[in-house]
Amino acid sequence: MTTIQKKSDNPIAHLSAEDIETLGRELDAIRQGVLDTRGADDAAYIRTVIKAQRGLEAGSRALLLFSIFPPAWLAGTTGLSIAKILENMEIGHNIMHGQWDWMRDPKIHSTTWEWDNASPSDQWKHGHNELHHTYTNVVGKDNDLGYGIMRVDEDQRWQPFYLAQPLWNFINACFFEYGIAAYDLELGKNLAIPKEKRSEDFKARLAQTGRKIRQQATKDYLIHPALSIPTGSFVPTLAANFTANVVRNLWTHSVIMCGHFPEGVETFEKASIEGETRGEWYLRQMLGSANISGGPLLHLMTGNLSFQIEHHLFPDLPSNRYAEIAPQVQALFDKYQLTYISAPLPKQVYSAWHKIVRLSLPNGFVEETKASNLPSQLVKLYKMTTGGKKVRRAIELNDQRKKREQTLAA
Amino acid sequence: MTDTLLRPAARNASLRSRLGRLAEAATTPLLPADYLDLVAPLRSGTDLRARIVAVQPETKDAATIVLKPGVDWAGHVPGQYVRIGIDVDGVREWRAYSLTHGPRADGLISITVKAVPDGKVSNHLVHVARPGTLVHLEQATGDFVLDPSATKLLFVTAGSGVTPVIGMLRNLFPVTDSGVVDLPRSAHLDIVVVHIAPTEPDSIFLDNLRELATHGAITLVPRYDDQHGILDVNDLGTLVPDLAERTTYACGPGGLLDALTAYLTTPLFTEQFRAAWVEAGDGGTLTVGGITVDADGSTPLLDVAEAAGALMPSGCRMGVCFGCVLPLKEGAVRDLRNGTITTADPISSANGGVPIQTCISAAAGPCTLGEKAAR
Repeated sequence: MTTIQKKSDNPIAHLSAEDIETLGRELDAIRQGVLDTRGADDAAYIRTVIKAQRGLEAGSRALLLFSIFPPAWLAGTTGLSIAKILENMEIGHNIMHGQWDWMRDPKIHSTTWEWDNASPSDQWKHGHNELHHTYTNVVGKDNDLGYGIMRVDEDQRWQPFYLAQPLWNFINACFFEYGIAAYDLELGKNLAIPKEKRSEDFKARLAQTGRKIRQQATKDYLIHPALSIPTGSFVPTLAANFTANVVRNLWTHSVIMCGHFPEGVETFEKASIEGETRGEWYLRQMLGSANISGGPLLHLMTGNLSFQIEHHLFPDLPSNRYAEIAPQVQALFDKYQLTYISAPLPKQVYSAWHKIVRLSLPNGFVEETKASNLPSQLVKLYKMTTGGKKVRRAIELNDQRKKREQTLAA
Repeated sequence: MTDTLLRPAARNASLRSRLGRLAEAATTPLLPADYLDLVAPLRSGTDLRARIVAVQPETKDAATIVLKPGVDWAGHVPGQYVRIGIDVDGVREWRAYSLTHGPRADGLISITVKAVPDGKVSNHLVHVARPGTLVHLEQATGDFVLDPSATKLLFVTAGSGVTPVIGMLRNLFPVTDSGVVDLPRSAHLDIVVVHIAPTEPDSIFLDNLRELATHGAITLVPRYDDQHGILDVNDLGTLVPDLAERTTYACGPGGLLDALTAYLTTPLFTEQFRAAWVEAGDGGTLTVGGITVDADGSTPLLDVAEAAGALMPSGCRMGVCFGCVLPLKEGAVRDLRNGTITTADPISSANGGVPIQTCISAAAGPCTLGEKAAR
């Protein structure tokens, strides 16, 4: 993949400026259709989900008070994992997007909601709603693209450091909530600044995140295990809570990777979004997202981020309505000859991981490597890894020249 | 030693607060209340709520809603009103309604609502609301209550303005299945009720008023616009000959109250139902809760902010209850009822801002609202 502007077969070349604005108006109409019919049924939906989630969480934690007994541990851990996933995704993520602000219920409102996650809600809202949703898939602007530590695009120059990115990605997946907190803090950028020069704002936010992490950890790793002491279940409860957090992290990470990483999803150049119109913004969201196909249970458990395309077009519409508008959105993709990317979860997860592995290696490495040339490829990779910048550049140029010659010969 | 003697209570309190903190640590980022409210929404110590017990039709477009308030309901005085928040089409709406009863033995409270044309909440309460529905509540408030020293009273009520008056009368003369009960505390009262309504069938509480009149508790003077023509307050002296000796309680639209204020020289207590608004002025912009939107000169800031998705306190939406008050930090607003301009000066801004009622204030230039002061 490469940014859409550098592609030879630009997938939007056939659209005129007028087409794009018409498309924007058609999407506005879909949005209005939902706004006009938003009401008591939608409100009942989110309240039911919240009630069920709290019941499940309370019930699971009660079971875990007896987690020394394996069936109680298993049922409690499963229930708590599901409860944490629902809380973060269908409930927390969507409420903090303002999807339910229209109800004017101060207890279910983006300005008052706090979630069971390491990142404090107001920092997450800035990092996610303002940066990621505004600059979706714009290389260098959208932190969700590789979280600043990964190579997610051919145009990012390869360095030996990236060889380890499948490992980074796996570790990030296991502890995803801390990864999110770190990039909401822009930790990498800020830690690079000498301690005495760091902004007051950063220090305050760092302290706020520290407090939040301490509270969350106290709950899961101290209070609830301690409450389980009477049955001798301190350690099993601690293990159960840790497991539930990791399961939740792996699940949310997988779902989010599926949203923007699978092959076929486009990325964009910084310069391309200057003076972007509403229609062009919509178009970028359409091309920069991918859906996960599946049944109602999958949609619920992904917080309806399985409708990533619809969510990115209309981030503030109630999540329970994405399923209903998806066919209308897909019809617009067909009408304007765009590719609506949607596939089952295992396929999308594989696709996203494949890309991460492919980009952890120099450009073209995976494609060119066959059983016959494996030894010479490995030698080349060894040289590129151990050699300096100049060595890498020379090998890259040599590869490019060979490729040109091959194309010319053909 | 004093210390140890005082300790048990203090120790209980600190134990309770320590247990409270422990419970909070076990449920963070939620509160224990978020779980408890799912099973016991009317318990003590939580936000005040009420459950609808019955919806009793009064006329074809009015109903009395009987509510069981939460344990923390502090009671009320006849004539007071209450702010009620109810979800209509999924959206939380707050309105103020007069309480129709004095305190009742069964602990229930009731409001009587007339469905007004295009009235989102009133139509919902009269035609849609069902027993079992949970509503949100604030403690009773209002100064439109009886002065205990007055013995000769005149009530002037127009339309749904009869509601707080009915609350006072029911408290003075409880109506039971076997008729009106005479209470010693009410024996000395001499009451005239001038009841104004567009037509006789449109009159809410007419049966109650007639029953009280038949019993001799009140003298009823009904005035129907279609039969008697629109009431001219200058005729009040003819309708109520001993007007000069009476303390008057009037509840109705602003025009009627203004006329009474100008006409009467005797003590007058008024309560406005329905505000009359002046011509629009120039608008501006509104900044609240981190968002800035255009605000025209005729739309209340409350409506502007809500349309933009801000979470706003609100109440009667007609300038009566002060439930919507927020501090104006910068800029100027215009009172839609009389055109008065309120400006945030630097000194008051430094002290938290000028409190304004957002439901009857429109933008008069760019203005910024602060957050609701903690109670």
